Amino acid sequence: MGTILKVEDLNVFYGSIHAVKGVSFQVEQGEIVTLIGANGAGKSTTLNTIAGLLHSRSGSISFLDGPLGKVPPHKIVSKGLALVPEGRRVFLQMTVQENLEMGAYTQPGASLEADLDRVYQQFPRLQERRKQVAGTLSGGEQQMLAMGRALMSHPKLLMLDEPSMGLAPILVEQIFQIIRSLHKSGTTILLVEQNAQAALSVADRGYVLETGRVVASGTGAELLASPDIKKAYLGG
Amino acid sequence: MKKLTMKCSTRMDLLTYGAVILAYVVLLVLRDGGHLSRSLTGQLVPICCYVSMAVSLNLTVGILGELSLGHAGFMSVGAFSGVIAAMSLQSAIPAAPLRLAVAMLVGAGTAAVAGVLIGTPVLRLRGDYLAIVTLAFGEIIKELVNCLLVGWDSHGLHLALNLTGNKTIADLGLEADGIAIIKGAQGSAGVTTIATFTAGFLLVMITLFVVLNLRSSRAGRAIMALRDNAIAAESVGLDLTRYKMMAFVTSAALAGAAGALYGLNFSSLQATKFDFNTSILILVFVVLGGLGNMLGSIVAAAALTILPEALRSFADYRMLVYAIVLILVMLLTNDPTLRAYRDRILAALSGKRPGKEAL
Repeated sequence: MGTILKVEDLNVFYGSIHAVKGVSFQVEQGEIVTLIGANGAGKSTTLNTIAGLLHSRSGSISFLDGPLGKVPPHKIVSKGLALVPEGRRVFLQMTVQENLEMGAYTQPGASLEADLDRVYQQFPRLQERRKQVAGTLSGGEQQMLAMGRALMSHPKLLMLDEPSMGLAPILVEQIFQIIRSLHKSGTTILLVEQNAQAALSVADRGYVLETGRVVASGTGAELLASPDIKKAYLGG
Repeated sequence: MKKLTMKCSTRMDLLTYGAVILAYVVLLVLRDGGHLSRSLTGQLVPICCYVSMAVSLNLTVGILGELSLGHAGFMSVGAFSGVIAAMSLQSAIPAAPLRLAVAMLVGAGTAAVAGVLIGTPVLRLRGDYLAIVTLAFGEIIKELVNCLLVGWDSHGLHLALNLTGNKTIADLGLEADGIAIIKGAQGSAGVTTIATFTAGFLLVMITLFVVLNLRSSRAGRAIMALRDNAIAAESVGLDLTRYKMMAFVTSAALAGAAGALYGLNFSSLQATKFDFNTSILILVFVVLGGLGNMLGSIVAAAALTILPEALRSFADYRMLVYAIVLILVMLLTNDPTLRAYRDRILAALSGKRPGKEAL
């Protein structure tokens, strides 16, 4: 077990707006770590900065002992860090299988078939629909496709940005079951969620963000039990 | 399914190549038999040039999904650099076809350099910046060529920029055996016209080959992925700037080659020929033919180049009829009711003849 991702004193700005204010956290090998918080707390900004889509003004991000500071996003993926962006973002005009193949873009071609099999095993629904154009999938299926696509790149850390957003409760349940089973198979996951209850119940550890700062942290169970968190995020 | 779609797109590609070859053979036979009118014979090379312009612009607009409003600028760069190359190599390469090929390569090369210069800063941005910058580029090139003086003599090339407006070709100090190639606003003059219809046909085939192969390659899949969803493409590890540059510069180079052929088809040519209207005209070919549809671009470019000439007898009403034809074609290819009606008629007429539908 080692630290896979370490974020220290991260500061991110949108123009003059200070969106992430000195956030620090770390993710250990094999963990599910969740960042929870309300709209505008800086959760997605943090993830996008780690993935290289945004640039931090100060602070450091190290991934597997190497700094990620100025690495361009397309190189970050081949280092083993995959982001499933918010709002699903699949290639709507490609088929399910083509979407998955795009996920393997940074991989050598030889393992493609095996990787497809692995993802289809994880998501049997996708196998059923592999010839279907992604735009015709339901929201939940698109979310599964986006996750499957990220898994095609053999990530050492999978970052999920609000996987439950806009999904019916039963689908949310399904998505979290998938997250659990990915965790069981050894994938390290950094999960950003507004659905604090669901996120904390699958997470090993969690960090609570409020207006760009970490205001609380602890194991999933601790945070679920904490009266402050209950009051602020869990409805009572 | 993957095999099936591959087959489907390959079949469409083959149909496109076939249509071009067929059109070439038919036109060649008609021309040599003396059955083509003089105005149409004179238009064969320009048609080929516009067809390649349309196909290459379709790479930027249809496949990459970026709007370019300065495609004529690349054509201009290719045309004048091609003319300079061809005129100064006249004694070094006496064989006209080879000289033409070299001139077209030079045209493609300089246009590609222009493409890199524009693309490097602009393609890093998201949004419609490319449209604005290419629009400006087209105008800048026009003005630059307008004050460019180029001559050639036994000492080599002589260049001067006539920024103040009081220089003439005499200021280049050419030797007695020298020739003036570009005379500022008068453009190129006294060009030995070495462009041929066969060269035009080859240009169209090469353009098609490059664009269709790029589209079905690994890079092509990446280019279409970033067009569909840039964020997703970035999150699977695509280098957006690299693939955008690849498509944009290829498109510019092909336009440069087409420009060189165009420039060598006329004994004189002014930079104002390649203005904003020409860029828009090429964009009209692409939109009318269908974004990403190469055969559509070819048919639209050929038809809309011939149409204004064919409508000459309508005199003043020419552009009015032209506009009505454009609107009708758009309706016919986009209105669902009309499209169903058209498909029924086409099916009744000939079983299946896809591809002719753009007309």
